[in-house]
Amino acid sequence: MALHSAAKGKLISVIGDEDTCVGFLLGGVGEINKNRHPNFMVVDKNTAVSEIEDCFKRFMKRDDIDIILINQNLAELIRHVIDSHTAPVPAVLEIPSKDHPYDAAKDSILRRARGMFNPEDMVNSRE
Amino acid sequence: MSGKDRLAIFPSRGAQMMMKIRLAGAQKGHGLLKKKADALQMRFRMILGKIIKTKTLMGDVMKEAAFSLAEAKFATGDFNQVVLQNVTKAQIKIRTKKDNVAGVTLPVFESYQDGSDTYELAGLARGGQQLAKLKKNYQSAVKLLVELASLQTSFVTLDDVIKITNRRVNAIEHVIIPRVERTLAYIISELDELEREEFYRLKKIQDKKRVIKQKAEARKAELIAAGIDIHNTGNMLDEGDDDVLF
Repeated sequence: MALHSAAKGKLISVIGDEDTCVGFLLGGVGEINKNRHPNFMVVDKNTAVSEIEDCFKRFMKRDDIDIILINQNLAELIRHVIDSHTAPVPAVLEIPSKDHPYDAAKDSILRRARGMFNPEDMVNSRE
Repeated sequence: MSGKDRLAIFPSRGAQMMMKIRLAGAQKGHGLLKKKADALQMRFRMILGKIIKTKTLMGDVMKEAAFSLAEAKFATGDFNQVVLQNVTKAQIKIRTKKDNVAGVTLPVFESYQDGSDTYELAGLARGGQQLAKLKKNYQSAVKLLVELASLQTSFVTLDDVIKITNRRVNAIEHVIIPRVERTLAYIISELDELEREEFYRLKKIQDKKRVIKQKAEARKAELIAAGIDIHNTGNMLDEGDDDVLF
């Protein structure tokens, strides 16, 4: 797999609200593959949680995706799936959305680090 | 458990030597693994610090990017659907490299530009400047996120490896070394036992010999007392007649 990944560039996928997706697509991460499957998912208020979960699982299975960006408020909805994902690749990153500020205490990765560090302490000591 | 848990081995000098070598090997391995764990731990903490710093930075960058999106919308009008429908090929792709920390390979992501901008013509009518700014902001956000992703991947990988290494260190320290030490103690006690037995056996033989000697002396004394000259018994080679000389 290492050889394969070195030979071919991998993608970044996005699960988020419309504005987040539009922004990152303009940034140039979007791709639609041969089977017309996009590497992003636009979630609006009518999207069911199970749909997000299925999409997330689908992205995890695809071997051309290395990084999954997901809005933190959506990550909260499918927290159990994200927490059960422990493999290093693909990396799941929680990003703030337009109307939900970033809360470090909720992040799956930072929660694993709790006990060694308190994220709030680190943030506060820096300021 | 304490007395029983040892390697099944025959107590001999050879086995003792072997155990000593094994003990030395285990101690060396323990030291090396401990060093490795320390090196990983150091790197781990460094990465954790960086992650937290980058995460806060990401908050600011994302805020700015979202704001420029609002700006662009204000200037251009709603272009969401245009963007969402015109996706073709990714312009930014990820390359993985390998970084090596104390024998652990950590994947490092690196973004690179591949192909041309799909939305080159977006904002041609109006709001071009805002759109350009928007693109730039999001591209820098992507770069930051890619960096964050590699930190996070390293974090997860290192977390696992540190756990495994610590488990090994503890296993050597609390299971393997005590077991070898117990085996050594057992071999030494057995060898001592054998030595004592041997000594006792030699003593016993000496005793026996002394008793036999005493008995022989007593008999000789008896014979002498009975008037038999034991010192002058005939030589077997002496036939009793004179040598004949021609």
